[in-house]
Amino acid sequence: MADLVSHPDEVRVVSKRFGKGATNIDRYIELDGYKAVRKALTMEPDAIINEVKNSGLRGRGGAGFSTGLKWSFVPKQASKPKYILCNGDESEPGTCKDRLIFEHDPHAVIEGVMIAALAVGATKGYIYIRGEYRYLSEIMQKAIADVYAKGFAGKNIFGSGKDLDIYWHGGAGAYEVGEESALMESLEGKRGIPRIRPPFPAVVGLWGGPTVINNAETLASVPHILLGGAEWYANLGPPKNGGTRLFCLAGDLEKPGVYELPMGYNLKKMIYEVGGGIPNGRKLKAVVPGGSSTPILLPEEIDVAMDFDSVAKTGSMLGSGGVVVLDDTVCMVKFALRTIKFYQHESCGWCIPCREGTDWLKKTLIRFHNGAGLKKDIDNMYYLSENMLGRTFCPLGDAAAMPMMAFVKKFRKEFEDHLDGKPCPYEKASEEINRELAVL
Amino acid sequence: MRFSDQFEKRFAEMLTHYPTKRSVLVPTLLYAQDEAGFLSDEVIAEIAQRLELTELDVNNVISYYSMLTTKPRGKYNVQVCTNIACMLRGGEELLEQCKDRLGIGHKGTTSDGLFSLEEVECIGACSWAPAIQVNYDFHENLDERKMDAVLDSYRKKAI
Amino acid sequence: MADAPKLVNLTVDGKKLTAPAGSLLIDACKNVGIEVPSFCYYPNLSLQGACRMCLVRVEKMPKLQTACTTVVAEGMVVATDNEEIKQARKAMVELLLGNHPLDCPVCDAGGECELQDMTFSYGAAESKYMEPKNHKDEQQWSPVVFFDRPRCILCYRCVRVCGEGMDVWALGVQNRGVSSIIAPNKEDHLECEECGMCIDICPVGALTSGAYRYKTRPWEMNHVGTTCAHCADGCKTTLGVRRADEGMEIVRGDNRDKSGINNDFLCMKGRYAFDFANHEDRLTQPLIRKNGKLTPSTWEEAFELVGKKLNEVRMRDGGSAIGVIGSTHTTNEENYLLQKFARAVLESNNIDHHRTADFPALAAVLSGKQEITASMRDVYNAPAILLIGNDPTEQHPLLAWQIRNNVRLHGAKLHIINSEPIKLRRQATSFTQIPVGAELNAASFLAGDDSALNAITASASRENWAALRNQLRNTENLVIIFGSEIRGAAVTAVTHLASSISGAKVIALADYANSRGASDMGLYPDLLPGYHPAAKSGLTLPQMAENAKSGKLKALYVVGSNPLARFHLDSQIFAGTFVVVQDMFLTETATIADVVLPAANLYEKTGTITNTCGDVQIVKKASEVNGPKSDFEMIVRIADAMGYDVRNLVPFGRGETADMGQSRGAQSGEADRHAVWLQANNLEPKLSPFDPMAIFDEIQRLVPGYRVSRLNLLSGNDEHTQLSQSGPGAKHDPALIVPAHDNLFSSGTLGRYSRALNSVMENRNPQPAEVAAD
Ligand SMILES: Cc1cc2nc3c(=O)[nH]c(=O)nc-3n(C[C@H](O)[C@H](O)[C@H](O)COP(=O)(O)O)c2cc1C
Ligand code: SF4
Ligand code: SF4
Ligand code: SF4
Ligand code: SF4
Ligand code: FES
Ligand code: FES
Repeated sequence: MADLVSHPDEVRVVSKRFGKGATNIDRYIELDGYKAVRKALTMEPDAIINEVKNSGLRGRGGAGFSTGLKWSFVPKQASKPKYILCNGDESEPGTCKDRLIFEHDPHAVIEGVMIAALAVGATKGYIYIRGEYRYLSEIMQKAIADVYAKGFAGKNIFGSGKDLDIYWHGGAGAYEVGEESALMESLEGKRGIPRIRPPFPAVVGLWGGPTVINNAETLASVPHILLGGAEWYANLGPPKNGGTRLFCLAGDLEKPGVYELPMGYNLKKMIYEVGGGIPNGRKLKAVVPGGSSTPILLPEEIDVAMDFDSVAKTGSMLGSGGVVVLDDTVCMVKFALRTIKFYQHESCGWCIPCREGTDWLKKTLIRFHNGAGLKKDIDNMYYLSENMLGRTFCPLGDAAAMPMMAFVKKFRKEFEDHLDGKPCPYEKASEEINRELAVL
Repeated sequence: MRFSDQFEKRFAEMLTHYPTKRSVLVPTLLYAQDEAGFLSDEVIAEIAQRLELTELDVNNVISYYSMLTTKPRGKYNVQVCTNIACMLRGGEELLEQCKDRLGIGHKGTTSDGLFSLEEVECIGACSWAPAIQVNYDFHENLDERKMDAVLDSYRKKAI
Repeated sequence: MADAPKLVNLTVDGKKLTAPAGSLLIDACKNVGIEVPSFCYYPNLSLQGACRMCLVRVEKMPKLQTACTTVVAEGMVVATDNEEIKQARKAMVELLLGNHPLDCPVCDAGGECELQDMTFSYGAAESKYMEPKNHKDEQQWSPVVFFDRPRCILCYRCVRVCGEGMDVWALGVQNRGVSSIIAPNKEDHLECEECGMCIDICPVGALTSGAYRYKTRPWEMNHVGTTCAHCADGCKTTLGVRRADEGMEIVRGDNRDKSGINNDFLCMKGRYAFDFANHEDRLTQPLIRKNGKLTPSTWEEAFELVGKKLNEVRMRDGGSAIGVIGSTHTTNEENYLLQKFARAVLESNNIDHHRTADFPALAAVLSGKQEITASMRDVYNAPAILLIGNDPTEQHPLLAWQIRNNVRLHGAKLHIINSEPIKLRRQATSFTQIPVGAELNAASFLAGDDSALNAITASASRENWAALRNQLRNTENLVIIFGSEIRGAAVTAVTHLASSISGAKVIALADYANSRGASDMGLYPDLLPGYHPAAKSGLTLPQMAENAKSGKLKALYVVGSNPLARFHLDSQIFAGTFVVVQDMFLTETATIADVVLPAANLYEKTGTITNTCGDVQIVKKASEVNGPKSDFEMIVRIADAMGYDVRNLVPFGRGETADMGQSRGAQSGEADRHAVWLQANNLEPKLSPFDPMAIFDEIQRLVPGYRVSRLNLLSGNDEHTQLSQSGPGAKHDPALIVPAHDNLFSSGTLGRYSRALNSVMENRNPQPAEVAAD
C-alpha cells in the first residue's frame, strides 16, 4: 500500500525483499528465506546470542539496547515457559517503518522470532501489531498459517524435534502499549499500564515467564545477521552501531519516504540528498531526528552521523528512525503544542508527573499559542518538564519532557514572540484551526 | 447476542493460543466492535461472561484503548491524522475540509449514519503524509482534491 | 513460623541500619523513624509506583528510585532528604494541586488529608497553575459511598483494598491519562459489600461516607476506642463522637490506628451501623402497663414495682416460678451479674439466652485437655484453615477478611466444606459441597469414621474425601472453624480431628457481639460461669415458654433479648406472667411487658465482651442518650428494690460481705477470699455498686479462662481466654441452638433500627417498605 522509494546510497538488508512478493512463503524461501533459522537450529543457543552480540545490533524500537546482551539476560533454566514478544505497536509519531516490514516481508519477522526463540529457549512467540494496522495483521495471520502448513512452526519444527509456536496479537489504539511492560499487560488482556521493574521482562515477563521483547525491525534484521555473519553486519555501520536502519523521512521534504541507510549516515546528507531537500525554496528550521520524543535539532546541529552514540552527543537521540523535517514556516509553539498534545493524549495516567505534567503543559501551550501566554509560563513549562524528567513510572513522561525542554531551550525567542497577545508570527494555519485545537 | 460464524471461529481459535482466557480480550473486543458497530452493554456482558471477567473489568479495558468505543459511529469512520508529520503537510487542513464536507466535528457522526469523523494521532503513515484512515483503510499523500475523491468513493460504496 | 529472616545492612541518610532481606526500602526507613512520604504505597496491598512521592536517591542508580518498590540490598546507600529529593516531592505536590479543587474548608477529609499534610511538609507555596480546573459534580454511588472526582489523586488504594482486601472488585480505573477515573462496577453506582474500606483508605476526601459527610470536622470530635456491637467477631473500632441535643452522638467509626485484631478492617455494620443508638424510636423513659397500656413512669416507680412484684412471686411461688432471659449484646459483667442475680436474688436457675453456638459442648470436650481454641489473630496467621459450615463473608466479615488475607499474603491453604458455594471458595484450595445438614457426617468422617461418608457421597468422590482427610491430618497448626451446623456430637468429632493434628486449633462460630460472653458467664439453666454445673438445673428458654403457657411461670425478666420474635412465641402465653423487659426499643417482647426499662447499648457503657473465638476485649462508653440506664445499673437497682443487700451482689466497699460465692455454690468465706485476691492482684476494692470492674474482678477470680492480663485488656488489647481450664461443660439438645441468620446488612434488633443498614437493604432490593407505620 505505502509507496516504496529508493536512493543509491541505500544499503538494502531489511528492505531487501520489499516489493518482491515475499509475503508469499515460497517466494520468501526463494529469496533465502528460512535459511537462517535452519542454520540457527544447528547452532548452540549461546553461539546464536554471541553472533547477535558481535553484530552490534541494537534495538530498533528506540532505546538502542544491545539485542544480544538482552537475550543473554534470559535465565537458562526457568520454571515457567519462556516467550518472545515482537513489538509491532509502532506508534511513535514520525515512525512508519515496521509497517513496511510487515507489509512486504512478514516472514522475516517470523524468522527473527524463531531465531530469538532458539537462542533463549522459548517455545512461544507472539507478534503484536497495533490495531490500526489491521491489514498487516491479516498478512501476518496468513504468513503464520503458511509457516505452520510447511511444518516450520508448531511441533517438531523443520524436523528438528523442537517445538515452537508463533502467534499474532492485535492492539486497539494506545501508544503507551508500545512500552515493553505495558505491551505485556495489553497482550494479557489488560489496560496498558507499565509494570514495576525490576524484575525485568527477560526474567519475569508474560504470565511470569522470561520474555524477550524486541522491535519488529530488530527481529527482522536477525536472519540477515545469521546468514551474512556478525562481522559483515557490524561493518555496515560505525563501531558499536552495527548494520543498517530504516529511516522514515517525513515532513517538509521533496522526497519523503522510508530509506534503508547504513547506521551513521550523515543527517544533513539524509535531508538534502536522500530526502531531496526542502521544497518550495524554503529553508530548514529544525529536525526531529528520531520520532517525536527526541529533542529537536537546529540546522547547525545536523551535521551528525545517525548512529546511537553520535546523536546522543548532540543531546538528542537516534530514537525510532522517524526523521521529521521542519521548514522555516513552522511555528515552534504550535509544533510543541502538537507534540505535547500527543503525549497528553497517550499518557496512560498511572503516575502523577506524566498524567498531570503532560496535561498542564498542553493547557499552557494552548493558552500560550492563543496569545494569552505569560512570560513566566515559559520558565514554568521548562520547570515542569525538568521535574517530570527521570521521575515518571515509565519513559513516556521523559518522551514528553525531553522535546519540551529542547523547544524552550532552542526556541525561547519564538515563545517570547507570542507574548502580549501578538498574533502568531509563524502561523500558516488559519485562526480557526487554532481555536479548534484549543478545545481538543 | 449473536456474532458471525467467522467471529466465533476466530474467537475459539484465539483462545487456544494463550495460557489465560483474558489474553484474547483486546483483539476480541475490536472484532466484536467491527461486527456490532460499537461495544454495547450487551456485547460487553457477553464477552465478560465468556472470558470470566466482570463487566467492570471489561469496561476498564475498553475505556483505555482509543479504537474501542461504546457509542455507535458512522459506517465509515474517517480518522484524520494531525500529528507532526501530517500537520507539516496539511493534516489539519484535511481535518477542516472533512468537517466542512461532512458537516460534523471531532467524534461527530453524520445524520445519515454514513460517516463519523475523528482527529487521530499518528497512524504510521508519516512518510506518506498527510494520511487518513477510513475504518481500517489507509489513504495517503492526500490533498484537498484527493480527500474529496476519497469521501466520494465511500459515498458511492454505500449505495 | 519460619526461621528468622536474614538481615541486610544499609545506610540511609548516613544512618546505618539493618532490615530483613526482601523488605521494602520504605518500610526499612519507617522502622528507624525516617519517614518517606507516600500516597500509593499501602502495606499489604500490591505495589504501584504510581504517585512518585517516595523518590529517594540510591547510590549507583542513575535516576531517583521509588522507595516503595525498592527492595533493600546489602550495602545500599540511600539519601531520602537532600535538596534534589525535596524538590522532586515539591514538584509532585505542585502537579497534584494543579488540578485539585482545594476546597479543604468544606472537605470531609480536611484535617486528616494526606495531601494537605504533604502540602504543608513539602511546600508549594505559590501556585504556578493558571489553567481552569476540571470540575465534576459529586456522585453518590451507594447509600454509604460518595465520590468527588476532582479530589481524587489516583493512588488506587481504594481499587486495591476492594479487590485484593475484600475480594469484591467493585472499583476500577477507566479511561487513561488525565481523564483516568475511579469507576464503580455498575456504571453510576456500586453493587458491593458496602464495607467502606475504600473510603477509609482514601488519603484525601475523594471517597466519603454518607454517614459522616459534612456532619462535622475531625477536630470537633472526641475519639473513643471500643469494640463493635454487632457480630461475634469483635472488631476494634474508634468511634468519633460529638455533643448532640440528646447526649453524645456517634458520627463515625473506623480503626485507622490499625490497633486490635482487625487492623484497619471494619464491615458495613461496624463502620456505619451505630446509628441505631440515635434512632428516634429509642426508649428513654421507663414504661409501666396501666389499664392495659404502657405508660411512661419515673425510674423510682418502675424499680419499686418490679422489686415488689418479683419479691411477691419469689415468696409466693418460689424462684422456680421466675424466668430470666439474658442477652448476647450485654457485657460479660452484666451477664455475670444477671445470672448471679437470678441465682442469688431470685433464687432461680431458670436462666437462658438465645444460643447460636454449642460452646457448652466444646467446653465439655476441651475440659481438662490441652488448650486448642484459636484466636482471631490465629486465623490470619495459620498455615491452613478448615472451614465447615457458615458463610463468613455474610455472617463473620472480619473472620472472612482474616481468612482471605491470610491466603493472599501468607499463602495459607483453605479447605471448605459447605452445603452452599459460599464466596470464600474463591480463596479455597479445596471446596467440598455437601448436602444440607450433612455436616455431622462430614465431621465424623474426617474424625476417622469411614462409615459416616455413606450418607453423603457417591463412591466416586470417596477418594477425594479420603485425600482431603489425609491432607488435613498432615497439616500442622491447622485451624478448624465451624458454624452452628456443627453441634453436639459433631463438636466432639471436629475436636477429635483437631486433637489428632499437631498444633491444630478450633473456633466455634456464634452470631452476636457477646454470644460467647453470655455462654461463658453462665446464662444457662444448668451451667454456672465457666461451664461449672449448677447444683440444680433450671428451665431452658423453650421450657420457660411452656411453663408460662401452663401458668407456672409467674414472672419473666428479659434483659436485652427479644424471645417473642426470635422463637416465634405466641404473645398470649404470657398473659398470666409478670414480664419485665430491659431494651433499647419497644420490641415484640417489650410490647407485651408489664414494665419496660430503657437500656443503654454497648456503645454507651464500659465493660468487657468476648468474641466468638474467646478473645476478650473492652468496650468503652462513647456515646450517650439521655434517659436509659445500663443493664448493670438496672439489675443492681432491682436487687436493691427487692430489699437485697447489693454488697452481696456486687463486691464493692472494703472487706466484709462482698461476694458470698452463691454464684458458684461456694462455701462461706468467699468474701475474705475476694479481699485477699484483690490485694494479691494489687487491685483496689471498688467503691460503687455500679462499677462493672468490681464484677470483672470476680469474673477473673472465678472464671478460669478469664485470668488474662488486665493491663493488656485495659489498654485496649485483645486477650484470648482459655476454655480448657473451665468446668466440664454439658451436652445440650442441639435443637436449643437457633442461628440468627443475619447477613452483611442485618443485625438482629440493632439492624432494624439502623438507617444505614436499612438504606443499603432497600437499595439492594428495591421493594415497597413492608410496614407503612404511622
Ligand atoms: C512510550 C513508549 C512507547 C514505545 N513504543 C514502541 C513501539 O511502538 N515499538 C517498539 O518497538 N518499541 C517501542 N518502545 C520501546 C520498547 O519499550 C522496547 O524498548 C522495545 O520494544 C525493545 O525492542 P528493541 O530492543 O528491539 O528496540 C516504546 C517505549 C516507550 C517508553
Ligand atoms: S510515565 Fe506514567 S502516566 Fe505516563 S505513560 Fe508512563 S506510567 Fe503512564
Ligand atoms: S464499600 Fe467496600 S466493597 Fe464497596 S466499593 Fe468500597 S471497598 Fe469495595
Ligand atoms: S478515590 Fe481516594 S483512594 Fe481511590 S484512587 Fe482516588 S484518592 Fe486514591
Ligand atoms: S465484622 Fe463483626 S465485629 Fe467487625 S465490624 Fe463487622 S459486625 Fe462489627
Ligand atoms: S504523523 Fe500522521 S501518520 Fe505519522
Ligand atoms: S509511594 Fe512510592 S510511588 Fe507512590
